[in-house]
Amino acid sequence: MFKDLAKKKKKSKKPKEGEEAETPAADGEFDPSALKKKKKKKPKTTDADDFEAKLAEVGAVEKEDAEEEKTEEPIQEGDMEKGTGIWAHDATTPIKYNNLLKRFFTQLHSHHPDLASTGSKSYKIPPPQCLREGNRKTIFANISEICKRMKRSDEHVTQFLFAELGTSGSVDGSKRLVIKGRFQQKQIENVLRRYIMEYVTCKTCRSPDTELNKGENRLYFVTCNSCGSRRSVTAIKTGFSAQIGKRKRQQG
Amino acid sequence: MSIIENLKDKDPFAEADDDSGEKVHKSQDYIHIRIQQRNGRKTLTTVQGLNNQKFNFDLIIKHFKKKFACNGTIVPESSTHKEVIQLQGDQRKNVYEFLTSKDFLNMDAKTIKVHGF
Repeated sequence: MFKDLAKKKKKSKKPKEGEEAETPAADGEFDPSALKKKKKKKPKTTDADDFEAKLAEVGAVEKEDAEEEKTEEPIQEGDMEKGTGIWAHDATTPIKYNNLLKRFFTQLHSHHPDLASTGSKSYKIPPPQCLREGNRKTIFANISEICKRMKRSDEHVTQFLFAELGTSGSVDGSKRLVIKGRFQQKQIENVLRRYIMEYVTCKTCRSPDTELNKGENRLYFVTCNSCGSRRSVTAIKTGFSAQIGKRKRQQG
Repeated sequence: MSIIENLKDKDPFAEADDDSGEKVHKSQDYIHIRIQQRNGRKTLTTVQGLNNQKFNFDLIIKHFKKKFACNGTIVPESSTHKEVIQLQGDQRKNVYEFLTSKDFLNMDAKTIKVHGF
């Protein structure tokens, strides 16, 4: 190898400099810097033929690598959970980044779901308890508990419920909410979910750890305790409500 | 200085203000589809916020009545000059589809708010 290099100094130069595109190929032999360069670079690179051969080798090697990786992949996937095979503690085979990432997320999901999931998903409130009072009234029994969990005032939640359901109601002696009309637990749940989306979760970080305050000029603001963002929320509007039941007697 | 000048052509705060302003504007012309319970299993659906300058309510009502097999009326709302479409029965889904479908009004789904359970 080295003998060849020594003989083919000029030739070896050319491919190099062609690559680097910095200096023209026809450097005089008198130029000391060029000579130095030659000498330095000689051991690294060879003449054109050798270089190509090397390239081919490298290419071949790369292909082989790729093949190896392909063959490895199924094994890697299979043993992820049990921690055997490639995932074993003393295994030394290199693991692909994708697989490592996948492993990280599966582990995270299985061991620390709180960290992995977004805020709204992990956020849980007790299911609303709905009782029927008589024929046309529904009792929402655990509203105070839910409100406590959401850190919202009972009045605000009640107002929202009435506006959404298009009814009215009252609070009875043991702080339960009496809603006019028949409602199932599922329906109340839907409305509550919408309430949480609108007034509880932080839109920026999705955290449910927020506070609802009355800011200046009668607007409500939700302040997030975890990311510090503050946004205004729409006031609860009842909107149009049609007249139900007997019409009031028209005057005259 | 040069960095600040780079920032000049997009002022982050101005944009945020613009955004929120837009939202406030949008919230005013939301279309609300609501439901009300009547006696027994019966319900009413109300469509509020539809622009009655732009659309012919009579035609819309006619279509609703035919398609959804229900009765309906146009109710003048006392507080605003706008009118409210009132339909018998739970037609929220139907109305929503009517408003958003390409064959009919082709409205943006974001401007429509469906209320109720």
